[in-house]
Amino acid sequence: MYDAREKMLKELMALEFMEIELNLYLNTHPYDQQAFMIFQNTAQQAKMLRDNYERMYGPITASASNSFPWPWIESPWPWEA
Amino acid sequence: MWVYEKKLQYPVKIKSCNPRLAKYIITQYGGPDGELAASLRYLSQRYSMPVESAKATLNDIGTEELAHLEIVGTIVYQLTKGVPPKILEKEGLGGYFADHDRGIYPVNGDGVPFTAAYIGVKGDPIADLTEDLAAEQKARATYEGLINMTDDPDVIDPLRFLREREVVHFQRFGEALRIVQEKLNERPFYVKKPDYAEVSPAENVSPAANVSPYANVSPTAEKKK
Repeated sequence: MYDAREKMLKELMALEFMEIELNLYLNTHPYDQQAFMIFQNTAQQAKMLRDNYERMYGPITASASNSFPWPWIESPWPWEA
Repeated sequence: MWVYEKKLQYPVKIKSCNPRLAKYIITQYGGPDGELAASLRYLSQRYSMPVESAKATLNDIGTEELAHLEIVGTIVYQLTKGVPPKILEKEGLGGYFADHDRGIYPVNGDGVPFTAAYIGVKGDPIADLTEDLAAEQKARATYEGLINMTDDPDVIDPLRFLREREVVHFQRFGEALRIVQEKLNERPFYVKKPDYAEVSPAENVSPAANVSPYANVSPTAEKKK
């Protein structure tokens, strides 16, 4: 079962993973300008995709909840296949 | 503080149950070299780190380990989901099932519960970062062992991801250790003369100057860089 939501979520996972990876690298290389530019680029893309995903499928963080009834509790939760 | 994102760091979608494998994989949840130990260790060590790079590294890797804890829990959950109790018992999870049913409880591969004895927080940056290097290698080795016990690609995939992260973390801790060592070897830059024996705390001296052996890494010394 490979639906559109899952596909978009996987894309978001990949982008945000890249963000974390660069985050860790920059923690020990704070003056690396090239890495920083890639980070900014990645973070921006991730944010756009995240806003898109949340608009279509619901909140990724509780504070992004933007509908009624309270959508945050909805399945699927990440450990459910 | 922490914000939770309702997604795994890496996807886990397991199609075939395998309780016996779950019994071993749970060691990366509550075992000595598992993700709970890792996250608790790093998040506890960060308070006493004297160097910014090291604080950030411990903070962020500790946070990532919590995300890995979630992945391991998910793997165990999916491997045992829907398996009848008699099969769980036959596959070696009888003791675990009796106490925890299908709950996810922090134990090692033999059911030994998690203990803080698994982690070290020495408050000494060199000791702490060196421990972290060892911890990442132990975790890496454990993931390799687990991967070698199965042929299921749905299980190998996330385990391999977790193993690769340990390798990267090892690299980052190595860099943090080098940075801390360089900082501690720098020529001291004193704001006030550190006469530890003679200056009393009541005098007009900052508390850090006559207490911390890292007086040469005061905020002023760091900004000098």
